[in-house]
Formats: sequence, structure tokens, C-alpha cells
Amino acid sequence: MAGESGKIDPMYQFKIEPLFGSDHWEIAGHNVMFTNSSLFMVLVLGALWLFMAGGMKRDMVPGRWQMAVEGATGFINDMLTANVGPEGKKYVPLVFSLFMFILMANFMGMMPFGIVPGVHPFTITSHLTVTAVLALFSFGTVLVVGFWKHGLHFFSLFVPHGTPWWLLWLIPVIELFSFMIRPFSLALRLFVAMTAGHIMMKVLAGFVINGLNAEAAWVPLIVSFPAFLLMIGITLLELLVCAIQAYVFALLTSLYINDAVNLH
Amino acid sequence: MDAEAAQMIGAGLAAIGAGIAAGGVGNVFSSFLQGALRNPAAADSQQGRLFIGFAAVELLGLLAFVIAMILIFVA
Repeated sequence: MAGESGKIDPMYQFKIEPLFGSDHWEIAGHNVMFTNSSLFMVLVLGALWLFMAGGMKRDMVPGRWQMAVEGATGFINDMLTANVGPEGKKYVPLVFSLFMFILMANFMGMMPFGIVPGVHPFTITSHLTVTAVLALFSFGTVLVVGFWKHGLHFFSLFVPHGTPWWLLWLIPVIELFSFMIRPFSLALRLFVAMTAGHIMMKVLAGFVINGLNAEAAWVPLIVSFPAFLLMIGITLLELLVCAIQAYVFALLTSLYINDAVNLH
Repeated sequence: MDAEAAQMIGAGLAAIGAGIAAGGVGNVFSSFLQGALRNPAAADSQQGRLFIGFAAVELLGLLAFVIAMILIFVA
């Protein structure tokens, strides 16, 4: 048996560690050291920049890379046109940035950096602070656009068309509640989906490693091998969830923008 | 029963919610597939609504997971 009975801690992967910088880097009393979370944000930014820079060539006959970039922008463009209408084109840059950042961040957390000793991938979207800021971008846009375009008439969002007069005391309360819960549901969904998936993968990985280290000879075959097969499937499922969560975030953002622009 | 045992039992009970949400997600996709097979021409235009329903159901399952995590690590 290798060393101490290795209970693998599935929460360790979410730990934020300072990489460089000192305790004296402070803004308004808060420490702003460069952490592994910052590092992965920079990596995501770099990957996104490479992806876009390689494809924004405006060739008449697009190459493969340009087709990939145009496919991504066209996807968001179609989503906004379908959900918001012709006015939705203005919001393509915002929704595209949110979508691509979340997608790249989710995928970056799934990258097998762990094969290099001492390095482990960090999923920046597995922290509620990060997803909450992303959700605030979406929610803040809705508020700003709504009040900018409609002024105080924006509050008619809380009274849907055809509300009977004797329900006027109840419907606005429910609508207000469902409106105010949007940023929480956006942030929580992304954060929990990422966290839960990564915990599950690490628990399964713990089965594989601990099974290989076990003393009894039958354990690797009975425990480790099936767990490993299961892990391959779960990893594929996680990649699907990464893409779906980014898509759902962009889709819900475009629906909320539709509410702000067209006042259902 | 001491509090720690009650926390663990509560976290385990929260898994029931996650399981039921799994059934809900299955129901969303199976209903979509049934409708899509009857009228394949209309299927693509409803994909957005499919994912809205999926997101709503999934959120409730994830909330059960949050409750389990709060019970284990926070409470």
C-alpha cells in the first residue's frame, strides 16, 4: 500500500492558490495576488484571442479556421435574431463574449494538464464569485437596456397582457420574484453544474487510484477497471455539460434581453 | 442522534431530489423527441424551448446538490 491510506480529497481541485505576488498587493483592503484562478482566466483569454485572431480574415472564400469562427458568431447571431428579433443584432458582441468565455473556461478546466506533475487544471467557472459576476453582466444589461428604452414603463414587465383585474395584487409579486431570481439562477446553475461534475470525476478517479494501490490482487480488476471505463463515459458527459451550460447561459441571456427590448 | 449524523442523513436525502430531477430531464427530452418524431419539420424551431425546459428542470436538481453541499461543508 502506497504511503498513508490515500483518501483523495475531491474538493482540493477548487482551492485557490496564490502563484506570485505578495500580501501587500491590496486594493481597498482586499488582496489581489495573482492566483491560479487568474492564471486560467489569462489562459482562457489567450485561447479566445488566438481563436478569434486566426479566423477574422474576411476572405471571400473562407478557410477552415475562418469557417469555425464564423460558425460560432453565426450561431449567436441566429440565436439573438430568433429570440429578440432584428433589434437583437446589437447584443451579439455581449452574448458572444459571455458564451465563448464560459465555453472556453469550462473546456480549459477539463484539459488534462494533470499529466504534468504538480500542475492541475482549474475551472474558473466552478466558483460562485466568477459566475455571479458573469450573471450580473447579463442582469445588468437587462436593467440598463430596459430602463433606457422604456423608462418607468419597464415596470409593465411585471403585469403581463390579459391579467384579470382581480389578480392584480398577486401576479406582479410573482413576476417580480421570478425577475429578481434570474441572476441567482444563472450564476448558481453554471457554478453547481461545473462543481458537481468535477467532484464526481475526482471521486471516480479516487476509486481507480485507491483500487490500484490496494493490497488484495483482485481489487484493481474488479474496482479500478470498471471505474476507469465509467470515468471515460463521465468525462464525455462532462464535455457535453460544458457546452450545454455555456449554451443555456447564452440562451437565457438572450431571452432576458428580449424581455428588456420588447416588454412581453 | 447527534447533529453530524443528522447532517449526513440530510445530505443523503437531498440526493433523492437530484434523482427526481434526473427523471424530469428525461421527461423533457422524451417529450421533445415524441413531438419531434410526429412533426420533424417543426422540431428545429423548438430547440430553444427544449433547452429552456431542460435548464429549468436541471436547476432544481442542482439546488438539491447545493443543499447537500451546504449540509456537509457549511452547516
